[in-house]
Amino acid sequence: MATLAAGKRRPLLRVHNLKTYFFPDEGTVRAVDGASFEVCAGQTLGIVGESGCGKSVTARSILRIVEHPGEIVEGEIRYLHRTDGREVELDLAQVSADGREMRQIRGGEIAMIFQEPMTSFSPVHPIGSQIVEAIRLHSPLGKREARERAADLLRQVGISRAEARLNEYAYQLSGGLRQRAMIAMALSAEPRVLIADEPTTALDVTTQAQILDLLRQLQTDLGMAIILITHNLGVVAEMCDNVVVMYLGRVVEEGSVDAIFHNPKHPYTRLLLQSIPSLYSEARVPLPTISGAIPHPYNRPEGCPFHDRCPQFIPGTCDRHVPELQALDERESDQLVSCFLYHEPTDERA
Amino acid sequence: MAGWLIRRTLFAFATLWAISMLSFVVIQIPPGDYVTSYIAQLQAQGTIFTEHEAQALRDLYGLDQPVILQYFRWLGLMAQGNFGVSFEFNRPVLDVIGDRFLLTIVVSVAALLLTWIVALPIGIYSAVKQYSIGDYAFTFIGFIGLAVPGFLLALVLMYFGFVLFDANVGGLFSPEYAQADWSWDKFWDLMQHMPIPALALGLAGTAFLIRIMRANLLDELRKPYLVTARAKGLTNNRAVLKYPVRVALNPFVSIVPFVLRDIVGGSVIVSIVLSLPTVGPILLKSLIAQDSFLAGTIILLLGVITVVGTLISDILLVILDPRIKFEARGG
Repeated sequence: MATLAAGKRRPLLRVHNLKTYFFPDEGTVRAVDGASFEVCAGQTLGIVGESGCGKSVTARSILRIVEHPGEIVEGEIRYLHRTDGREVELDLAQVSADGREMRQIRGGEIAMIFQEPMTSFSPVHPIGSQIVEAIRLHSPLGKREARERAADLLRQVGISRAEARLNEYAYQLSGGLRQRAMIAMALSAEPRVLIADEPTTALDVTTQAQILDLLRQLQTDLGMAIILITHNLGVVAEMCDNVVVMYLGRVVEEGSVDAIFHNPKHPYTRLLLQSIPSLYSEARVPLPTISGAIPHPYNRPEGCPFHDRCPQFIPGTCDRHVPELQALDERESDQLVSCFLYHEPTDERA
Repeated sequence: MAGWLIRRTLFAFATLWAISMLSFVVIQIPPGDYVTSYIAQLQAQGTIFTEHEAQALRDLYGLDQPVILQYFRWLGLMAQGNFGVSFEFNRPVLDVIGDRFLLTIVVSVAALLLTWIVALPIGIYSAVKQYSIGDYAFTFIGFIGLAVPGFLLALVLMYFGFVLFDANVGGLFSPEYAQADWSWDKFWDLMQHMPIPALALGLAGTAFLIRIMRANLLDELRKPYLVTARAKGLTNNRAVLKYPVRVALNPFVSIVPFVLRDIVGGSVIVSIVLSLPTVGPILLKSLIAQDSFLAGTIILLLGVITVVGTLISDILLVILDPRIKFEARGG
């Protein structure tokens, strides 16, 4: 299988054919069903898709914090683990989720920020103590030094009166400040990969822009890789180098941000882009929408998961075969798409 | 904070005053008074009693005065530390209650501690391992604990205590210490008698608290801050104990006054069954005899325990949960 930016740089994190299923009593939910992508240091990868397409579960799978009854059933999460000054490639899907190695990586090398900064902080512990805890988990600093470092971190993310803020509780901060504090906590161990799971969804537009600016600036300063999970295509266009489009747990299209926005191939990507409101669109013409709704997780369509909503549905093919993510052609190997409009079915299942 | 504390304490006093009034009224509600039931008792024994003698008794105790006057007389006496005289025991109320009240508190605190110590780990286990065999087992035992009346449990415990452990069952002291002055030996003797009353009185509260803890913790375990804590690199167990358990702890404190009230007030029958020298049996006796000063004092004391318990738990809650301070200031 071809990969993005192959040969140029060794990617920090490569996810290959990741499958994370949930097994509640009612049946199996294939939340992530064969996701593949990779991200290099200093790059931003956007993962976009509708609610329930498996974006967040993918992120949690990488950190190995998928909640019961979910588990990774297949695939690889290859990460360049830094240990004793050397880089060792480690398959995070295989290590023990609560083991030492994974806990060093989690929060230490791969950190995560969340959608709702209000509920993502404990309501009964001061912000400072939660950041200090994160610092001390991954460094030998004493309480005093850790507290100083926490104040430095708050200043770094643009929070004034940092020392005083350390003693405040989440409810005493505004939404934007809370998300800044959350970012400060994620940065506490200078992670190499930052996963931001809808970091601006709960914020107003002005604050959104500030937080995105902050993330970009921090990436320039610290050189970390960012995986930005969002359903906001505007944010993707602004922030990302590469984009992964997910639908029902599968990657349907993958490519550079230019390719995805100017030359989308998968019908789903095209429809997503068409449904963005534009200042230049004609007045009183209804915004195009994607017909139908996301299928119920217990009732996934056969074949291509998108075929029942797809305007270019090929009867007999799309509803019988499962498309694979493949390079568009030899020349444009940067762009991968999973659609029978571009290649013939390869599997013999019917 | 200081203003809130003062306000809260004043409210507690106001509540106590209302309780004192209510408890006095409640005692007065049944027809007749102490003299009526006293005469009935004497007549049952064949003693002839004249109306004149009855009137003399009523005058002596001031039972003919209006209820309001009697109430204020009672309040005035209490302000001087004199809780009146028990007709039934013919002794000052304080003498009658004295040690019993202390022992009631000791037994109640023991039952409460047992409730906490048992309910906390089981509640956490049941929530973290929801729907596991252990959870089902504890749920089953818990519902039995809720359903079985304390006095029945007391009987069963006494039986097994006697048969299996040859324990000295019943009462709080061995005979040789019952009338003795306080000493370490007597204290140790008391502690040896404590398990059965504590279990019998605490089981229902324990079962209740396990259910509360389980439900609360289940809610908290779904909160995003647990994911944050795990994403930092904490082990799952430490993350759960440090954050959701800490947040779910509120009911452990807020429930104390209610559990305490149930233990103290609900201990009447258990105390009779176990022949505990606590205030429970005295309360029953005084109510039957319409011994108004004694009954009023005991009911008032139960009220004091509840109100003071609530006050303490409120203060603890403010310390435990910073959000509560915020609401008090905002409101």
